[in-house]
Amino acid sequence: MLVKTKTSADLPYSEVTPEPVYRSRREFISATAVGVLGAAACLSAGPEAQAALATTSKSAPALDPATDPLTAFEQITTYNNYYEFGTGKGDPARYAHRLTVKPWAVKVDGLVNKPGDYGVEDLVNFRELEERVYRHRCVERWSMVIPWIGVPLAAVLKKIDPQPKAQFVEVTTAVRPSEMPGLATAGLQWPYVEGLRMDEAMHPLSLMVVGLYGKVLPNQNGAPLRIHIPWKYGFKSGKSIVRIRLMEKMPATTWAMQTPHEYGFYANVNPTVDHPRWSQGREQRLPSPFRDRPTILFNGYGDQVASLYAGMDLRKYY
Amino acid sequence: MLSRLRQGVTALLSAAAAWRLFKPAVFLACLAPGVWLGVRAWRFFRGGDFLALGPDPAKTLLHETGENALVILFITLSVTPVRRLFQVNRLQAVRRMLGVWAFTYALSHVSVYLVFDQLCYSVATCEFNAIKEDILKRRFIFAGMTAFSILLPLAITSTSGWVRRLKKNWQRLHRLVYVAAGAAVVHYTWIQKSDIRVPLRYAAVLLLLLGIRVVFAWQKRRPVPYGRRRRPPGAGGRP
Repeated sequence: MLVKTKTSADLPYSEVTPEPVYRSRREFISATAVGVLGAAACLSAGPEAQAALATTSKSAPALDPATDPLTAFEQITTYNNYYEFGTGKGDPARYAHRLTVKPWAVKVDGLVNKPGDYGVEDLVNFRELEERVYRHRCVERWSMVIPWIGVPLAAVLKKIDPQPKAQFVEVTTAVRPSEMPGLATAGLQWPYVEGLRMDEAMHPLSLMVVGLYGKVLPNQNGAPLRIHIPWKYGFKSGKSIVRIRLMEKMPATTWAMQTPHEYGFYANVNPTVDHPRWSQGREQRLPSPFRDRPTILFNGYGDQVASLYAGMDLRKYY
Repeated sequence: MLSRLRQGVTALLSAAAAWRLFKPAVFLACLAPGVWLGVRAWRFFRGGDFLALGPDPAKTLLHETGENALVILFITLSVTPVRRLFQVNRLQAVRRMLGVWAFTYALSHVSVYLVFDQLCYSVATCEFNAIKEDILKRRFIFAGMTAFSILLPLAITSTSGWVRRLKKNWQRLHRLVYVAAGAAVVHYTWIQKSDIRVPLRYAAVLLLLLGIRVVFAWQKRRPVPYGRRRRPPGAGGRP
């Protein structure tokens, strides 16, 4: 008798990509997207794709396309805060092509068992890329919905093997005077440093990003490697990461050092804790010109992350 | 060398000011950035071109109206110094119009804030409490509103009727424009997150303009050396 054993290559019909999703994929996959990204890109974009994603992604619930439709690729890639290239929102799109992203090395040190210089592909398993549609809320009161491509930050941290004493993750981002015209003028201390508590970094929502909209991450969005922490203000999500250090003490982060009364270490999205210069109660979902969206505590991810801050005074630890 | 340069500038400015269409030309120059902004706004709101105003339309409207107001206000303030330094009295003819244009852009700037930021496109949606809180709690909005509240009475009293009615007080009142300009520069400085080079440049220009006016006032008071005094026959001397 012939016994047919299933191999991983025999996919059930339930795994077949719905035709409209398959048909719409070309709108989003650029011809230049690398093959490995292409695999993840099958899940890319469009309301149908978002719906499809809802059934395939275990850790991140998809957003409702009715209330949180994807922000256009052109918007996401032309409106950036990346002061190394200048403080104007359009500066990164204008100048970031100068950034050399290949080769790229990430120095891993501190309280890890596997320190050293890593390439992007040593940190990120490109076969495990997934698409995560996240709300992105800037401390400046605008927000977007972005289909990121990446892997859980926890998977990256597991590769470098944290020591038990490690309490915090510090990420340092690139400084290239010859490639970044904003360094001399933006008025910040370089390099840009951000950090997370270990449990925040290990949270399944925390993402190490290498792409968006099924494409390789554009330079202005933080190529080749950035983090995105969807329940925190955007400035926590460091771009173009060159160093990951695990520490016992809380790292000194750039904006918290620059203006401590305006920016804290936690920077959780919170409508009740105002920025000294503006209320955080409402936000503007680009490209809408109206600031008519109520801001949600933890950017709407409270059911998953609120427990991280149980018992903490969020007014004090802003 | 320097005096020839000055003569050249004087000749150029005199020719421009003497031009029959000088006033309409200045008017159109002030109108143009507003029209350009309006065209893009039309394409954005009616034409479906969602990037016509850049990635953040409200901010584009807010920044451009604010910047136009500030630039035209500074041009207004430099009319008198330029007129006196280069002795082109006809320039005075456009000063009031420039001032009213600066106010027009300032009014649009405030309106953009009220409509898009505070949803004041209808009374029901308008966030009155948030506006009050903004003015009282945010120093940059307080500074901006101060500048606007000064410009408002100046714009209202800019008509010839008010000039006549207020007599000497008109000039006294309108000197407040320097306070408005100062408040506007402070407003601009305080909204910056980290890079304040551009607002500081405005501040430097404002100090320069104010300095020139102080020197003028001082020259007016200083007695002219005796031998060079020229007194028109019959005119009373200044003490």
